[in-house]
Amino acid sequence: MHPALSIIVFTTLSGMGYGLAALLGLGLFDPAALATKIGYVLALALIAGGLVSSTLHLGNPQRAWRALSQWRTSWLSREGVLAILAFIPLTICAYAAIFHDRHLILPGLAAAGLGLVTVYCTAMIYGSLKTVQLWSQRLTPVTYLLFALASGATLGTLLAVSGAAQPWLIAFLAVSFTVAAWLAKRRWRNDGKALAPLSTPETATGLGSIGRVRLFERPHINDNYLTREMGFQVARKHADKLFGIAILLGGLIPAALVVVAALAAGAMGPGLTAFLAAFLAVLSHYAGVFVERWLFFAEARHAVMNYYGR
Amino acid sequence: MTSLPSLPTPKKLGLVIDLDVCVGCHACVISCKEWNTGGYGAALSDQDPYGADVSGTFLNRIHSFEVLPEGAEKIGETGDARIVHFPKSCLHCEDAPCVTVCPTGASYKRSDDGIVLVDEDMCIGCGLCAWACPYGAREMDLAAGVMKKCTLCVDRIYNETIAEIDRVPSCVRTCPANARHYGDLADPQSHVSKMVAARDGFDLMPEQGTKPVNKYLPPRARTALAESAIPLAENSAGASGFFAWLDGMLERI
Repeated sequence: MHPALSIIVFTTLSGMGYGLAALLGLGLFDPAALATKIGYVLALALIAGGLVSSTLHLGNPQRAWRALSQWRTSWLSREGVLAILAFIPLTICAYAAIFHDRHLILPGLAAAGLGLVTVYCTAMIYGSLKTVQLWSQRLTPVTYLLFALASGATLGTLLAVSGAAQPWLIAFLAVSFTVAAWLAKRRWRNDGKALAPLSTPETATGLGSIGRVRLFERPHINDNYLTREMGFQVARKHADKLFGIAILLGGLIPAALVVVAALAAGAMGPGLTAFLAAFLAVLSHYAGVFVERWLFFAEARHAVMNYYGR
Repeated sequence: MTSLPSLPTPKKLGLVIDLDVCVGCHACVISCKEWNTGGYGAALSDQDPYGADVSGTFLNRIHSFEVLPEGAEKIGETGDARIVHFPKSCLHCEDAPCVTVCPTGASYKRSDDGIVLVDEDMCIGCGLCAWACPYGAREMDLAAGVMKKCTLCVDRIYNETIAEIDRVPSCVRTCPANARHYGDLADPQSHVSKMVAARDGFDLMPEQGTKPVNKYLPPRARTALAESAIPLAENSAGASGFFAWLDGMLERI
């Protein structure tokens, strides 16, 4: 599948935003601290930025509001509806924290819950597609949720070492979610690669009873929408290397930096060392998750490619 | 509304494509593009039409496949390989996954005749329906930014302003080899249903659970070329009359 930049940016940024919103909503940060107030603004900005980015790949973005209508059958529609619903309690919480130094328990829980359900819906857009076998695994939504929480908690560590919360607690969450996310992801990738193809050129053409089927001539000489959108191929050796880079950038390095930041904050209080370590952890984590999300698309094979010999 | 019709549609209009007959001439591709670029909805645009990297929106495409008998690694190893020309357009599935994923309600399946259509005024061009379709039946038009697909020529088959003989999909009307047939596959007495029953018509990718309406007829078994070839001038046993006399005379020389 073609790894569209707008969708990668959308799923990674909004995932980070919803992860942070979940921690903020659970009341793990001191609402009186300046860093917490900035955290609310950041969470809202990440979610909104992601949603705007997601409309960039539409052919007719001016009609995007119509996507809120078919929540009964469409995961994409459900995602849109929940994204808007999640904004309401999160904005209320942000208002209470920024202007009144207060944390509101019920809107906070609603923001955390609705945000995570939104991430689940995003994952199910892919998870519900039978045509892409790699995606239709049960672990797909699990990995999306864990990566959202891991990015959110890593960003939360940056806020925590800036005085918003107890650094150790948030750093512990960041490391736990990051480890869990990569364990789930590795399992997902290995399982997905071990699957026997559901559809083959033989079932796609129905000619398997005569023999083995191989594409002789494509419909047209050049690429078309289908091959551009669904025929993306990445060399296996590069994919494996990139997966290693993703684990390094999005797992090992940020986990270590988060621990360093928490140690520094514990030893010296909020300061430049802790801030820098946490800041670099966020950047590295985002880069790693970005590569992970690129591979999520690039490595996925669509059933229609059975007609195109890819 | 992107819910599928709750009951089986009373009619299942669709195509039956005979893989034994198709010669791969692509006439249906051109005729489809010609009719549908001026018919239902936005035109079927081409990008870089006169350049080196030409591409465009098509609702019907012909692939050609080579089928090697089981066990063969290369052509001619175990029996003859076959070339099968394979026309492919929307199969108007009963359980169409492209319809239910649509977030706007632009994609729908008609409850009376089962045709799957896109209301282009509601389509946002997200492309999710094309991802949901295992057959590659949907293509985004890059100029209009909306999803295009086979309409089963809904603007021909019910069109009372054209001659009755023309009230079939453009591809069916055009096919010079008569490889494409149109009819109601819900009616067991229709000519298409009888054809499917007689020739063991099959579904494409039944494992995807889409229950396609369109059926394909398999290529018929073929006599290997080597078996039907007559060895030339090996003997003259069949000669009679003048030729028998000539044969005898020549033998003696």
